[in-house]
Amino acid sequence: MIELLRVCRDYEVGGRPVHALRHIDLSVPDGDYLSIMGPSGSGKSTLLNVIGCLDRPTSGSYRVDGREVAGLSDDKLSLLRQKGFGFVFQAYHLVPRLTAQGNVELPMLFAGVEPGERTRRATKALDRVGLAERALHTAEQLSGGERQRVAIARAVVMGPKVVLADEPTGNLDMAAGGEILKLLEEMNADGLTLLLVTHEPALGRRARHHLRLVDGAISGEEREGP
Amino acid sequence: MSFRDLLAYSAGALRGHRLRAGLSLLGVAIGIASVVLLTSLGEGARTYVTGEFASLGSNLLIVTPGKTETTGMAPLVSVAPHDLTLGDVEAIARRVRQVRRVAPLSFGAAPAAVGARRRDITVAGTTAEFQGVRHVHIGVGRYLPAGDLERGGPVCVIGAKIQQELFAGENPLGEIVRLGDERFRVVGVMAPRGLSIGLDLDEMVHIPVVRALKLFNRAGLFRLLIEVGSHEEIPAAKKAVIEVLRARHEGQEDFTILTQDSVLSTFGRILALLTAALAGIAAISLTVAGVGIMNVMLVSVSERTREIGLLKALGVTKRQVVAVFLVEAAILSAAGGAAGLVVAFAATRTFTAVYPGFPIEPPTWAVAAAAVVSVSVGLLFGTLPARHAARLEPVAALARR
Repeated sequence: MIELLRVCRDYEVGGRPVHALRHIDLSVPDGDYLSIMGPSGSGKSTLLNVIGCLDRPTSGSYRVDGREVAGLSDDKLSLLRQKGFGFVFQAYHLVPRLTAQGNVELPMLFAGVEPGERTRRATKALDRVGLAERALHTAEQLSGGERQRVAIARAVVMGPKVVLADEPTGNLDMAAGGEILKLLEEMNADGLTLLLVTHEPALGRRARHHLRLVDGAISGEEREGP
Repeated sequence: MSFRDLLAYSAGALRGHRLRAGLSLLGVAIGIASVVLLTSLGEGARTYVTGEFASLGSNLLIVTPGKTETTGMAPLVSVAPHDLTLGDVEAIARRVRQVRRVAPLSFGAAPAAVGARRRDITVAGTTAEFQGVRHVHIGVGRYLPAGDLERGGPVCVIGAKIQQELFAGENPLGEIVRLGDERFRVVGVMAPRGLSIGLDLDEMVHIPVVRALKLFNRAGLFRLLIEVGSHEEIPAAKKAVIEVLRARHEGQEDFTILTQDSVLSTFGRILALLTAALAGIAAISLTVAGVGIMNVMLVSVSERTREIGLLKALGVTKRQVVAVFLVEAAILSAAGGAAGLVVAFAATRTFTAVYPGFPIEPPTWAVAAAAVVSVSVGLLFGTLPARHAARLEPVAALARR
């Protein structure tokens, strides 16, 4: 359960204050599928970064499962990111020198998971995204769609409750993008909370819960179903 | 995260930029090799000099006129109301039980001439005893004849180089050398010996001491060399010599007695200082290597900004990010250090093969220090880039293209 109450995020660009987020009130229940839409510069990514604890709100309250995040130390935030959130980026952000397997093992490596267990879980995650037989290719040898699958496998391998996807299909063609989205939606169907940032209305409409941002403020929110 | 995983991850990152890593590794290798080599040279010089002194005999006392508070090669502050005289020599020879030989020494420079050939020459006035005390080897002829201290014939023994220069290689025995206004008959030529500590016998002429004092118009001796039976007798002999001389100098201790030990320790100190200076120079090159590592690591950090951002998004702590880059720097410098040690050992082996006489062996402390220092250089100079990496904001780092 994710709850934001009057969250603001301000920063300075060239000495001028920028209000990236203005008084955001948002509640995302477990297992939700939320799309965040809006023109570029509307604060979509900033919101996603705040939710993913990569960025801290300037003011307001942000709770994850009832726990206030604002006062947490850097190390506690790291732990929260490690266990609670999986990230999928537009630019994939794979480590190019590592194999697909190595990239998926990366979060487990720093979390101190035993080597045998790492291999087992990475193999399973790669199998889940349909890349089992490409496991030993380096990131550079993979196509864009394959890279993003590796990134998804990496995002879910630590067993987070929430996956945050920032324009995950932005660098892919229609077919590959559609497959990626389908994969994420399957995981959502299995109980994962999915937050999807996109500027394409066609993609955004597939979610059950829509949020529209303009100039850092919520301009519209609608929820389908119950 | 286990240390093995950390090592593997950092080593993998280094493999990503082999050339750069190789070059900074080379820098450390040169730094470490020069530390070890230069200290080996310094230590080698010390061992060599110490060995040379020991070969002169450790059972030698040297008396110089004047009293000095500092111990060292020669008295710095001389207050010598009494000269060391030939009478002193006789008294010591007669009254000090431990003495085996006493050789007086008087030094000076004089113009020497053989026929039309002339040059300035160092003249040493001494006695037959000198041959035994300083292990002088004779090439042809004989050394100064034994006899009365107060009387000496007009004879001389010349160095090998003097023979070449004044006699152009001809047989000098029985020939006349003019020193100042006096004529000396050559009775022997010293075997070529090269440099011996303190004296270059090859470029010297030895004449009876009483003749030298007259030649230079001096009453006092430059030095007394006293050889005792064994090294153990040195303290007792020193005491006895002091007593005899004091009695003869109206109760004043206006002379200084040096032993080989004190000369040796002075040389030892000088050469230790030399070693330290060489080590200092080497340390500078090591510092330069460290800056090289820092540079490589900074480039590595800025090149891998996105990777660092990713690691942070994955929940990697600041401390772990620091560790990744520190370990990387430490691997670089440790590998460089190992390579440097290999080079240093190879170089000393080669040196030993070429100059077998000169003892050059990397001192254990230098090797140990080099190993420790090479890793610390990496850690020290890796700290700044690593902290730089850890401070990166994940959002900004990920956004960078």
